[in-house]
Amino acid sequence: MIGRPNGEPIVRMENLHKRFGHLHVLRGVDMEVHKGEVVVIFGRSGSGKSTLLRCVNFLEDPTEGTVEVAGIRLEGGHRTRHKREQVRRLRLHAGMVFQQFNLFPHMTAIQNVMEGPVTVKGLKPETARPIAMELLARVGLADKAEEHPIRLSGGQQQRVAIARALAMEPDVMLFDEPTSALDPELIGEVLQAMKALATELHMTMMVVTHEMGFAREVANRMAFFHEGMILEEGTPSEMFTNTKFPETRKFLDAVL
Amino acid sequence: MKAEETGAESRPPFAAGGGGRMDRMALASARVPFRLKVAIVWGVIFAIMAFFFWLAAFDSQWMRDNLRYVAGGLQYTVIIAAAGIVLASVLALLGALGRLSKNPIAYGVSGFYASFFRGTPLIVQMFLIYLALPQIGINLTDRFPGLPPGLDDVLVLQPAVAGILALGLNYGAYMTEIFRAGIQAVGHGQGEAAEALGMTYRQKMRRVVLPQAFRVIVPPTGNEFIAMMKDTALVSFLGITAASAEIFRRAQLVGKADFKNLEAYILVAGLYWALTAIFTVFQSRLERRLSKGYVRAQAVPSTWRSFRFLPGGGGGADASGHGVIITEEGEETKVEPI
Repeated sequence: MIGRPNGEPIVRMENLHKRFGHLHVLRGVDMEVHKGEVVVIFGRSGSGKSTLLRCVNFLEDPTEGTVEVAGIRLEGGHRTRHKREQVRRLRLHAGMVFQQFNLFPHMTAIQNVMEGPVTVKGLKPETARPIAMELLARVGLADKAEEHPIRLSGGQQQRVAIARALAMEPDVMLFDEPTSALDPELIGEVLQAMKALATELHMTMMVVTHEMGFAREVANRMAFFHEGMILEEGTPSEMFTNTKFPETRKFLDAVL
Repeated sequence: MKAEETGAESRPPFAAGGGGRMDRMALASARVPFRLKVAIVWGVIFAIMAFFFWLAAFDSQWMRDNLRYVAGGLQYTVIIAAAGIVLASVLALLGALGRLSKNPIAYGVSGFYASFFRGTPLIVQMFLIYLALPQIGINLTDRFPGLPPGLDDVLVLQPAVAGILALGLNYGAYMTEIFRAGIQAVGHGQGEAAEALGMTYRQKMRRVVLPQAFRVIVPPTGNEFIAMMKDTALVSFLGITAASAEIFRRAQLVGKADFKNLEAYILVAGLYWALTAIFTVFQSRLERRLSKGYVRAQAVPSTWRSFRFLPGGGGGADASGHGVIITEEGEETKVEPI
């Protein structure tokens, strides 16, 4: 572990399995993400890396295994009424940014950012608005606060989505291929905003991405995902210079 | 309609081909505006109808004399339909949430509801509610003598109330599908984004899913309302008193009394037609407002928008099957079908 991380684990996954019918997508994943750490998860599409991320905040229920986020520890398997409430509480600690942005189209940018604090946390709109405005300014979109998502570019929408997730003051941010749906010229601005999260806010981040430049520059750790398991992990410099497995080498050669 | 017009005009010039009489006629026809042709067709239809009225010795004086009385029932027609559509919308929302639920009770009840009320005639449902419910009420106090007296009257309903209940229940069953489709039209990612923020099911529905579904639901619900206004005529079979009768009952009463059936039913048909025309205008305005600025294409399936009532009226799908959204400025924007 290099740099800022101070050891306190924010996310911990133990022996995580996920099956979709006969498809065994996650085959026993163990992983810890520590406070302030930026972990990039990469691997071929279909290797299960997105599923892993979605299991962290229970958008997918793990078939078996344990997920712990900010001290809330939940077993996989069937969802009971009690567990449903636990899942909701866990989600308050994990912000998520989606590949398709998923902004609420009937709300303006600032309403999108205020929605979580007002509806979920019960903040007064007067209280939430300046906070939301500050977050929009942080991602460089203060002037677009009153626009509806349809009038924003993909890159701008994704930055609003980042602000929306940040507004809940999460302990960890989950990025599910945040730049994959963007035109090439818009990718930079989103990566820039994500880099600022890491360097300025020291946000704990789990990022599923193919952007190896971002990984090299920002990540503390990289995990190569292969056939539902973490095949190997290490610092970017370790990963880029000497990989242990030929699969990792092959993948990196293909994307670099 | 526009497409046909431009299609005719974009033919190669007649001189180039050297065709016969048919081609000359087609060319002459192409010069007449399409709307004018349609107007002529309507004019001919009205002329034929006028001829038949003349044959039947149509008494337009009688119609004018009775207009005030029959039109006096319009308020009841509109009130019954309005109350019916409100009830139907509530039931449709509950029904749709039930159909989308994993809870076996909610799913089972909503499934039975939709199946029964779509599977039996509206008029049968009306008689069940109006005539069969009192039978339960009457026997209720016999079977349970301990019940407070007067309870047997609770299930004896006014004809208008029974009518509203039947219309609401029946239309609600059909509209369950509209509401369900509307909710399902909201992208899966929307629900996930709401859940990821930590919203409860209720919050997710109220703040994220339903406001978006609403835009899809409103246009077809308007169509249901227009249809329901015409089905209020069935309430007359429950025998409403002459004073509080809706328009069809009134037309029946005066028509039968003076043996002026043609005049009475043409009069009431005209009233329904006018009502429908008025609400169709409201409806298309509402649709235009809802589609303004917010969604480009995905929300409003063109088949639901294609309610056409007057020649050239209403938005909808053009000849190529593309949805057409008319913006506030009157520009037509073509959108790809989804």
